Amino acid sequence: MLIINNLKASIGGKSILKGITLEVKPGEIHAIMGPNGSGKSTLAAVLAGREFVEVTEGSVTYLGKNLLDMSPEDRAKEGIFLGFQYPIEIPGVSMVNFMKTAVNEHRKHNGLDPLSASDFLKLMRDKKELVEIDSKLANRSVNEGFSGGEKKKNEIFQMAMLEPKLAILDETDSGLDIDALRVVANGVNKLKRPDNSFIVITHYQRLLDYIVPDVVHVLYDGRIVKTAGRELALELEEKGYDWIKKEVENNVLS
Amino acid sequence: MNGRSEVTERYIGLYKENIEKITTSSSPYINSFREAAYERFRDMGIPTKKNEAYKYTNLNIFFDHDYKSYFMPVTSDFIKAEEFRCDVADLDTHGIVLLNGFYPTINEKLRQLPSGVWIGSLNAAAIKFPDLVKKHYGKYAKSDTDGLIDLNTAMASDGVFVYVPEGVALTKPVQVVNLVQSDEDMFSQHRNLIIVEKGAEFSIIICDHTLSPQKFLTNAVTEVFVGENAHFDLIRVQNEHNAACKVTHTFIHQEKNSVASSNNMTLHGGLIRNSTYHYLGGEGAECFSYGLFLTDKWQHVDNFVNVDHAFPKCTSNQLFKGVLDDMSTGAFNGRILVRPDAQGTLAYQKNNNILLTDDAKMDTKPQLEIFADDVKCSHGATIGQVDSDALFYLQSRGINKREARLMLMFGFAHEVIQNIKIEALRDRMDNLVMQRLKGELSRCASCMVKCG
Amino acid sequence: MVIHSIMEKDQDKILSDVTSGEYKYGFYSDIEMERIPKGLSEEVVRIISAKKNEPEWLLDFRLKAYKHWLTMKMPAWPNLRIPEINYNEIIFYAAPKARPVLNSIDDIDPELRKTFDKLGIPLNEQKHLAGVAVDAVIDSVSVKTTFKETLAEMGIIFCSFSDAVKEYPELVRRYMGSVVPYTDNFFASLNSAVFSDGSFCYIPKGVRCPMELSTYFRINSANTGQFERTLLIADEESYVSYLEGCTAPTRDENQLHAAIVEIIAEKNAEVKYSTVQNWYPGNKEGLGGIFNFVTKRGMCKGENSKISWTQIETGSAITWKYPSCILRGDNSTGEFYSVAVTNNYQQADTGTKMIHIGKNTKSTIVSKGISAGHGQNSYRGLVKVLKNASNARNFSQCDSLLLGDKCGAHTFPYLEVDNQTAIVEHEATTSKIGEDQIFYCNQRGISTEDAIGLIVNGYAREVINKLPMEFAVEAQKLLQISLEGSVG
Ligand SMILES: Nc1ncnc2c1ncn2[C@@H]1O[C@H](COP(=O)(O)OP(=O)(O)OP(=O)(O)O)[C@@H](O)[C@H]1O
Ligand SMILES: [Mg+2]
Repeated sequence: MLIINNLKASIGGKSILKGITLEVKPGEIHAIMGPNGSGKSTLAAVLAGREFVEVTEGSVTYLGKNLLDMSPEDRAKEGIFLGFQYPIEIPGVSMVNFMKTAVNEHRKHNGLDPLSASDFLKLMRDKKELVEIDSKLANRSVNEGFSGGEKKKNEIFQMAMLEPKLAILDETDSGLDIDALRVVANGVNKLKRPDNSFIVITHYQRLLDYIVPDVVHVLYDGRIVKTAGRELALELEEKGYDWIKKEVENNVLS
Repeated sequence: MNGRSEVTERYIGLYKENIEKITTSSSPYINSFREAAYERFRDMGIPTKKNEAYKYTNLNIFFDHDYKSYFMPVTSDFIKAEEFRCDVADLDTHGIVLLNGFYPTINEKLRQLPSGVWIGSLNAAAIKFPDLVKKHYGKYAKSDTDGLIDLNTAMASDGVFVYVPEGVALTKPVQVVNLVQSDEDMFSQHRNLIIVEKGAEFSIIICDHTLSPQKFLTNAVTEVFVGENAHFDLIRVQNEHNAACKVTHTFIHQEKNSVASSNNMTLHGGLIRNSTYHYLGGEGAECFSYGLFLTDKWQHVDNFVNVDHAFPKCTSNQLFKGVLDDMSTGAFNGRILVRPDAQGTLAYQKNNNILLTDDAKMDTKPQLEIFADDVKCSHGATIGQVDSDALFYLQSRGINKREARLMLMFGFAHEVIQNIKIEALRDRMDNLVMQRLKGELSRCASCMVKCG
Repeated sequence: MVIHSIMEKDQDKILSDVTSGEYKYGFYSDIEMERIPKGLSEEVVRIISAKKNEPEWLLDFRLKAYKHWLTMKMPAWPNLRIPEINYNEIIFYAAPKARPVLNSIDDIDPELRKTFDKLGIPLNEQKHLAGVAVDAVIDSVSVKTTFKETLAEMGIIFCSFSDAVKEYPELVRRYMGSVVPYTDNFFASLNSAVFSDGSFCYIPKGVRCPMELSTYFRINSANTGQFERTLLIADEESYVSYLEGCTAPTRDENQLHAAIVEIIAEKNAEVKYSTVQNWYPGNKEGLGGIFNFVTKRGMCKGENSKISWTQIETGSAITWKYPSCILRGDNSTGEFYSVAVTNNYQQADTGTKMIHIGKNTKSTIVSKGISAGHGQNSYRGLVKVLKNASNARNFSQCDSLLLGDKCGAHTFPYLEVDNQTAIVEHEATTSKIGEDQIFYCNQRGISTEDAIGLIVNGYAREVINKLPMEFAVEAQKLLQISLEGSVG
């Protein structure tokens, strides 16, 4: 589904990703962990098509196509969804109008007619229930005045509406209360099918109790320095990142 | 040389030639202000760019021109005015039409609405309600720097009068349609007086339209008194053609615990200057000042706002936005003054502008002048493009860039529009703005003049 | 709300304690001076020029400036009350007498040396602050420049303006007035006519100046005006950090200081210019103090050049200055970081102009005003993006903090944008010190007075951090002294 090969990227001339190689197969859940500032969000930004991150080397193939050549909206319509670490507030743009436009753009892309207003509202209602978000939120402007947790839930709600093939969730679990965490996990698990995949960026093993990853990667200083099964997350929770950092340094020395 | 500009001399001449005519047709009380106002105008003159308040607006383009002036209503003109219909669907209002600054209906110059509310001609009211007019006329429209207010006081004789007695809540808004129409280029001035007594509630919509393609210059002054605990909303919808210049000066005087709002929606016009003065003249008063303009071609829109916190514990909010296309230009001048002892003041101001082309130009000058310490004041101003982070967010949900940009611009404008409390008007504004942004609305579609 | 009122009372007391901090540099030194008679005329301009043995071209420059000045009027600004200045009561030239050629520190008048010792300014190179070269200007004349030789080895010229006129006339002639023309404004014209000395600095191509360069200004004599000029040229790929400090004796009458600073940054050059301004502010009743009317402007002439102004303004009865950047080179950057404190009857009207001319130019403005007592503090700034300045970026943040209910804080930004690719953002807030912040500190066991100190310092931190290390500490102390306990 997604093949990242020796990806290097920089922001404003500063090199952030220093050679990332990663393959995500259909149906897989990958977790990416790693210390603050290691480049996790930058990787997510490259996959979603943020312009200010400059890809300097390497390739990304998604469903057989060169992902890096595509515009952000085309990537979205091809099924890539990014749950932002910091969802932006857009005053004046209502959630309803925003989602309706997005859903219909997806439908058009798939050769379907736009949803009628009533079908759309019904879809909104169903999905809102699914992610248990307060229906009042949907009447407001996009993320405006939402609490931190509400913003994250709103990301999951949008994911449920758009039914992506590859969802990248950047710390969607941080700032959530325990119930919300379960909601997020349910959202993911309900969407999970043999043909779609997830990349879950997180700092906490807790989320991985609900969303069981097939593979766990550790990103450190722009590189994936360790890849293992879900037990790695437990180990990290217990021991922190120091031992990995040491390992990396030793490798460099030897 | 007396140092006065040629333009100023032009209007001095106009006054001298016509003052007798003006005095005979208007009420003695209003006349009693004229001479002093004329003298002040003579000293201050037509504002130039040297005047800080007009730094970014060149009035000469419109003021330095030969106009026919209008001092007496002509009955035959009113036929066209009678034909005019507001095309906002479902808008239920008490209507008033002003033609070239005069109140047209010959028989009924003043109308009584339920609960003792009066609306009609100011000139007629000055005779029928001398005490009310004496109490308020000329009391709020004051400026040491703007000669145009005195020019209006010196020569205007009619306009709209509204009286809402104590405790009366008028649910239906009053809609004033200001029409200008003439066979020749025309200069007109009118004067409105709105009195909202203690505890009353009242809203007014003022729509400006041009009915013929001549060059027009209008200089209007509106005085509003908002009594203790009263509520007042003013919405202006400006839709004139590109050869029209409109200068408005609105003075809203608020008493204790009153709430007032002003919203200037400028859709079209050659040169538009709206000055709005909010005077918070009693503890606990609150005001909202809004404005939105969309300009193109050679249009110029200047919003000037002055919020005067003269008493403690008052709150003010300003939100002004502009979208500038083609080679249009815009200006924003917003001032918050917090006087000594106006403790507990909250004052906010925001001005955001989007430039759509390299030829468009925006100048903004927000100001805070604060002489009390227990205050929370802030202002923010931006000039730029739509926010690139927001644009990316929309794109990442599959919305194409063009559509995403449109949504953001609409959202940008809607932030101002959403403050209109009258639903039918709000929807209409949303609609007009959306069409305008999409380019679906030919730029003249909302204009009454079918100049072909 | 009992708690509140008690706290307010405490704060009031602390406020008055703090605001009563005395000016520490108010002494007067008895140095033998040479002065010319009071007043200003063409004759006076000629005398000044003659005293300095100036070349013809410089005299011409002065005379042109003087003639232009005669046609000008003093500017009037809202919220700034400037008493009438009688230019015939001012002495336009005063210099320590019998100024010898200074070969060693021992040649300096011992009184003078004492003065600078008292001020903590090391004229003796052995006792210098680590890594700072000093040019000391007293009244109108540069008395001693340290480290000249060390700097000369790298090709750096750092000397008094008068010496520069003699030794590097081509450089001075080429750049003087190129950024601030003599017609620029009332005080710039006045300065151009009567300036007596100042500092000159040239950093050659590719040289990073290894130490802070510093000018120390001191007004000593009564009735004198101080009119100095600084000219700083950073050639391609060079770097310099420059600092100026100012003090004056306590006197009941006002004294005029009208200076000019011009900076030129060529391609890839970077200049940091920091000011700690502590002229005598006048007494608590508003008597006396310096009128500080200064024109400072930098030209980012070359691509990728950068000029950064940092100022801590705590002194002067009236401050009127707008250190500005003309961003002419593509990709050039201008910065302005300012803390201005007005206490008692001080008035400050300060800010900056950022003129974006080149492509991809960036500017940042951070202004922190602190008003106490009857002080009036205004930010006045202009951000102008010209038509061809594509991708210009500006961000301005102007905050005002009010300590007490008799002071004022004002903000007058002008944003003028003529290019659609520009992003210009201005934000300003005005508030009194947060009671909840003080309470938070109190709750952690910090006294209200300390809390206020902490908060004010935190408030100014962003700017203070831009100063070179040694001066950051000084600035922090100064801030504390000029406001000691003054928050209510
Ligand atoms: N817009 C930007 N400009 C400059 N540097 C940036 C920018 N965005 C990110 N960086 C830098 O890139 C590095 C990687 O940042 P990134 O956000 O990818 O980290 P992260 O792994 O997601 O961290 P966290 O766990 O804290 O979310 C950091 O050093 C960060 O400061
Ligand atoms: Mg991150």
